[in-house]
Amino acid sequence: MTRAATPAVRRFESPGIFAFMVWALVIAFIAWSFAETGPSLERLMRGANRLIAPDGMLARMFPPEISRLPQVLRSLLETFQMATAGTMLGIVLSFPLAILAAEGLSPNRILRGLSRGLIAVFRTVPDLVWAIIFIITVGLGPAAGVLAIMVDTMGFAGRFFAEAMEETDKGPREALSAIGATRPGLIFSAVVPQALPAFTATTLFCLEKAVRGSVVLGLVGAGGIGIELKTAFDLFDYDQALTVIIAIFILVIAVEQLSGWIRREII
Amino acid sequence: MQMRLIEDGAAIAAPVLRLTELCKNFGERQILKNIKLEVIGGSAVALIGANGAGKSTLLRSLVRLVEPTSGKIELLGKDVTALAERDLVRLRSRVGVVFQKHNLVSRLSALTNVLHGVQSRSNGPQSWLQCLASRSDRDEAMRCLAAVGMQNVALQRVDSLSGGQSQRVAIARMLMQRPEMVLADEPDASLDPQSGEEIMNLLYKLTKEKKLTLIVSSHRLEHTQHFSDRIIGLADGRITLDQPSATSSSKNLRSFFIDRAA
Repeated sequence: MTRAATPAVRRFESPGIFAFMVWALVIAFIAWSFAETGPSLERLMRGANRLIAPDGMLARMFPPEISRLPQVLRSLLETFQMATAGTMLGIVLSFPLAILAAEGLSPNRILRGLSRGLIAVFRTVPDLVWAIIFIITVGLGPAAGVLAIMVDTMGFAGRFFAEAMEETDKGPREALSAIGATRPGLIFSAVVPQALPAFTATTLFCLEKAVRGSVVLGLVGAGGIGIELKTAFDLFDYDQALTVIIAIFILVIAVEQLSGWIRREII
Repeated sequence: MQMRLIEDGAAIAAPVLRLTELCKNFGERQILKNIKLEVIGGSAVALIGANGAGKSTLLRSLVRLVEPTSGKIELLGKDVTALAERDLVRLRSRVGVVFQKHNLVSRLSALTNVLHGVQSRSNGPQSWLQCLASRSDRDEAMRCLAAVGMQNVALQRVDSLSGGQSQRVAIARMLMQRPEMVLADEPDASLDPQSGEEIMNLLYKLTKEKKLTLIVSSHRLEHTQHFSDRIIGLADGRITLDQPSATSSSKNLRSFFIDRAA
């Protein structure tokens, strides 16, 4: 019995000249970026020394100062409330926006293009910039933070909701379309129930993101615990800063655990 | 067999479907070629043909789920090819469609899926979920489930049901629609032989009970013979066989089940 001749197959494809040039450019740009902006070893060593010296930042953080704990907890609650209100407003407004942006569900191309464009603007402008815009328009405080989180959530959830609805099984939609169901009927009977797990997961992720984000928003005056952190650092009260950091850490972990549990139980 | 009108006493039954020179192209490929066909009300017609013969395209064309390239479709007294979108929606509400895959929303209960059938005649949140439905619609949906023997799983999610059970629920949804005619595109294809036979039997029995016209395609020879009054054979986009099921011979039909592309 003779073995049938099989063609030899190469393990790797050698890249073409264009692909080679692209790879070379990418690697060169990464190396250049490090050289221009990356910290030098000497600076890193100096920084580490400043951090762990006997009178350094780390030593001055311990033990955490808890005399202002009630105020810190009030700010923490405000942060969580900002995140919750902003996320929920954003989610509610994302839904119609996502329907208008979803292929196959949007009434026409123009509306679809406009909705996608709006979502892209909401997503690409950072939440910190939205916070500054809303501080200018509605003034300092948590309202600006809530609006910034709302817009940031719309940018994120709008896109994910639209994609989740586009990816649903087309069969039920076709079946209802075949019996003459209207567009709202198709959306609420065939599309939304299928996309609900994705909606829930996205909403919980948005809440986690908003809790983390709302800490930073406080740094520019948009309410919440961020202002406590900024004040403590500005006054070199590192022990108070540690109390705030621990409080933020507990809140973020608690929200992540809670959303993880909800995801497991519901989805 | 060319006779397409049957005398019923003194009256002549009118066709509920008349196709004239129906063509459908997908790009350069001609799927349906000058199809001419008449189907009288209350009859059960089986469409047979190998893969790619044009059975599904023909069935879908009837309610313009696939847009015909040329020709005329008269269905339930309407010129389907000339209907505006709104009138097409109205016509579709009169035609029940059962697909190869059940096409139910798997995360929802059997009862809610059946209630979706009410969207053929009324819209609004009461037809989206069973908990929002009116008492009369819920009762009717339960009667539809009972007609297919699925009343005991009304509140079970569809993804917990077997393929045969899901197809029964899809038939219940079709009944909820109160159709005047039923199109079934290989409803037995994804089922085991026993479930497939049960589904075909159920469709045939229910449409006969309710005096509905049934046009069903199937790849199973025995199903097309047992559960139809008339057999239409499609080959290469043309009707090449048209005869009563009772006089059909398995030998003649077998060639329509051979995949010519294979």
